Amino acid sequence: MKLGKFKRREFIKISSAFLASSAVAHSGSQFLSAESAEASVKSGDRVVKSICEICFWRCGIDVHVRDEKVYKITGQKDHPLSRGRLCPRGAGGHGLLYDPDRLKHPLIREIVNGRQFFRKASWEEAMTLVADNVKQLGQDYGPGALVSFTHGFGASFLKRLCNSCGIVSAPSYAQCRGAREDGFKLTYGHSVGSPEGVDVANCKYLVVIGHHLGENMHNTAVQDLSLAIKKGAKLVAVDPRFSVLASKGKWLPIKPATDIALVRGWIHILIKEKKYNIDFVAQNTVGIDELWDGVKDATPELTAKLTGIPVEQVVEVARDLARYAPNALIHPGRRANWYGDDTQRARSMAILNALLGNYKMPGGLITQKKYGVPPINFPKFKHPRVQYSSKYPLASKVSSFEIIQHTLEGKPWDIHGWIVYGTNLIHTSANQALTYEAITKLKFIASIDVLPSEITGYSDVILPECTYLERYDDLDDRTYREPYVAIRQPAVPPMYDSKPGIEIFKILAEKMGRFDLFEDDIETYLDKRLKKIGKSLEELKEKGVFVKPETPLYRQPNQKLKFKTPSGKIELVSSKMKEHGFDGVPQYTPHRENPDGYYRLLFGRAPMHSFGRTTNNRILLEMMPENTIWVNEQAAERIGLKDGEYVYLVHENGTRSNNNIKVKLTQRVRDDVVYMVHGFGHTDPRLRAGYMKGVNSSELTIDTVIDPVMGAVGIQHNFVTFSRGA
Amino acid sequence: MANQDKKYAMIIDTRNCVGCTACVIACKSENSVPMGFCRDWVDQIVKGHYPRLTLVNRSDRCQHCEDAPCVTNCPTGASFYPGDGTVIVDRSKCTGCKACLAACPYDARYVHPSGFVDKCSFCRHRLLTGKTTTACTSICPTNALTLVDLNSSDGLADRLMDGREVVQDKTHAGTHPKLFWLL
Repeated sequence: MKLGKFKRREFIKISSAFLASSAVAHSGSQFLSAESAEASVKSGDRVVKSICEICFWRCGIDVHVRDEKVYKITGQKDHPLSRGRLCPRGAGGHGLLYDPDRLKHPLIREIVNGRQFFRKASWEEAMTLVADNVKQLGQDYGPGALVSFTHGFGASFLKRLCNSCGIVSAPSYAQCRGAREDGFKLTYGHSVGSPEGVDVANCKYLVVIGHHLGENMHNTAVQDLSLAIKKGAKLVAVDPRFSVLASKGKWLPIKPATDIALVRGWIHILIKEKKYNIDFVAQNTVGIDELWDGVKDATPELTAKLTGIPVEQVVEVARDLARYAPNALIHPGRRANWYGDDTQRARSMAILNALLGNYKMPGGLITQKKYGVPPINFPKFKHPRVQYSSKYPLASKVSSFEIIQHTLEGKPWDIHGWIVYGTNLIHTSANQALTYEAITKLKFIASIDVLPSEITGYSDVILPECTYLERYDDLDDRTYREPYVAIRQPAVPPMYDSKPGIEIFKILAEKMGRFDLFEDDIETYLDKRLKKIGKSLEELKEKGVFVKPETPLYRQPNQKLKFKTPSGKIELVSSKMKEHGFDGVPQYTPHRENPDGYYRLLFGRAPMHSFGRTTNNRILLEMMPENTIWVNEQAAERIGLKDGEYVYLVHENGTRSNNNIKVKLTQRVRDDVVYMVHGFGHTDPRLRAGYMKGVNSSELTIDTVIDPVMGAVGIQHNFVTFSRGA
Repeated sequence: MANQDKKYAMIIDTRNCVGCTACVIACKSENSVPMGFCRDWVDQIVKGHYPRLTLVNRSDRCQHCEDAPCVTNCPTGASFYPGDGTVIVDRSKCTGCKACLAACPYDARYVHPSGFVDKCSFCRHRLLTGKTTTACTSICPTNALTLVDLNSSDGLADRLMDGREVVQDKTHAGTHPKLFWLL
């Protein structure tokens, strides 16, 4: 789809004023330039304890400041998520802080003689414009006329504003963990959580299906994996790609879209051979007989035929799971939107774990707790349009994809404005054409972000937020095995004319006549919250984190357990699913096969990038400057594709990628798939380092299959081929 | 000079390493390594054919050789052994002549834009303040990197290597390198 097609709201590329100001800033940022002396501690150096925001994991960080510049970021020792260590993205976080392409001033869209451009504005003018639009749209169209899309921890204050002012708040829910959380909730009565409630460090036999544990580089999860490896854990990676995890254990190169068939096969073997935990299942689950009826046909032979995994390996893994149970685990994974039957996929994994009896056992599924700092309550806007529920029957939240569809269709009511915080919808949402079309329906878009991006180019007002290294946010009271509360605090003052989110939202609230939503300043608010647990802001600023001892993770043998499911037990057969007309036992439905000459497009993560959010970070780009398209060597030979050449990817509907991508010929993928890392291929020239580097997988994520259970967006149903022509 | 009783070396457990490059970024921040250069790096070595493959991530850097060709071939004495097992470049003596770059079998050195030759120092500035870790070993999320003192009686090096296949790079060059990879 061509960007210029949209007349109402053109994508604004760059203004000369913008260029000039950023060029000055670039020459002023010294952190990348040469220094003749090695770093050694100087007087005046300080270390600020804070939490990271380069991804959503939120590790504790020590921010090292010298001469009022952040020069190094390391892992905070006492923070349970970092344990003194840090991932490459977090360590390169100052690449965002000193990104010369940052949004530096509020910008307002102008149209003069039909030409659209962004004009530098004062905060007063920009905020008044946003507040006026919010008020006007609210008056004209009632509550729910505006929607906010949010991603990241900084959104907490915006959510408060939305909840109090009649704005729908849409999470990025069905893009990632949604199907997994709902699938496990239907089975166990609670979700897996983030960080995941899994005891990987003590696991003896770990099966991972499609999840890039290791390459996704969630600091604590990878630390736990490493501990398990050190203790001799056996690993099994089920993946069409030879992942780094696969290299550390057994690799099952599964045919894509057959995960449910494989898990059903394993369930079949465990029940048939009576190798499941019979006592645990009798005491704590319902539906074992019906489960058996539901998987009776999933013989090892059929499983092998469907998945492409040799029958001996199917059987061997099932028996090994039983041998190592209860210290064996099917990892619930993280991103769970694959093929449109993802709740059932998650359910199948939840059921298999239940059969192993690993619930609250070393190496199994565990539950975690919050530290429990009471919130300060603010009045909520009560209106069904604002607190509405998804059209999908078992969704715990309304997904952003659903809201984009809602915007487009104008049903059940018309949406007229978007407030977009920290999420580049053009990149993050499947089916870009849908997003572009929804945008044309809108009367108003405001973006709050640190960097320009594809979505900010379509906004009417852009409010530049400062980075996480320059601001406070709310307390991080996270669910974890060692409950903790941690602080984000500024290491350096906001650069340019940027502001912390809390200030932006406070001013917006006041302009809308709401003086009761925020304290006078963030420090007073944080201190007030901490006083509720008998602590102070001063103490937390100094320590970075308060940690409670690990909660008891494991159950006693034969301990009676209670689950928040309709039956009070683990539901091997889900009563709620049946109630809504879905299969109580997950069934395998064959998915589309590759069209002739096309390859299924798979994508995933690289440890040095967090999706599209870091692909302009010069420090991280140095580690990985562009993505490549992985093609099986034999498959490439058949069509004459050469290693290292640049090609365009063409979707089966004819859509061609905006940019070309380097071919990586490898033995590490099946010959029916191609693979790339998501997050590259920015088309906004204001992102000067990441502009047109590689291809953005979202451009080719055109066919989506929506999970009828909870609305997860199945995005791995796209088939591409190659084109050399520009 | 300090730490004269030490003999620093590094043990790298490839079984744990996921190839994330946190070691590279931590080093670059710690040592102000300019854009486009690095003191350490990660090699990903893939062997075999589908579906029987192996992959090893190998975090690599200067080997701090006991018989270092860079020291032997340095005309100004800028590359030297300070006596703690490390090989160091004295920037004030370095003319940037690149004799060491040609001599080093491990391609561990680069010419800094300021004119001197630079490479991994095992973060000697940290060791001199009593720290026992380098920037890379301390950041590594998988705890795959360990700085050890081969002269120490703490047994750490032996414990890490016990029962493991240990490989070294280009031992035939007679350099007595001090990086040990565990497979």
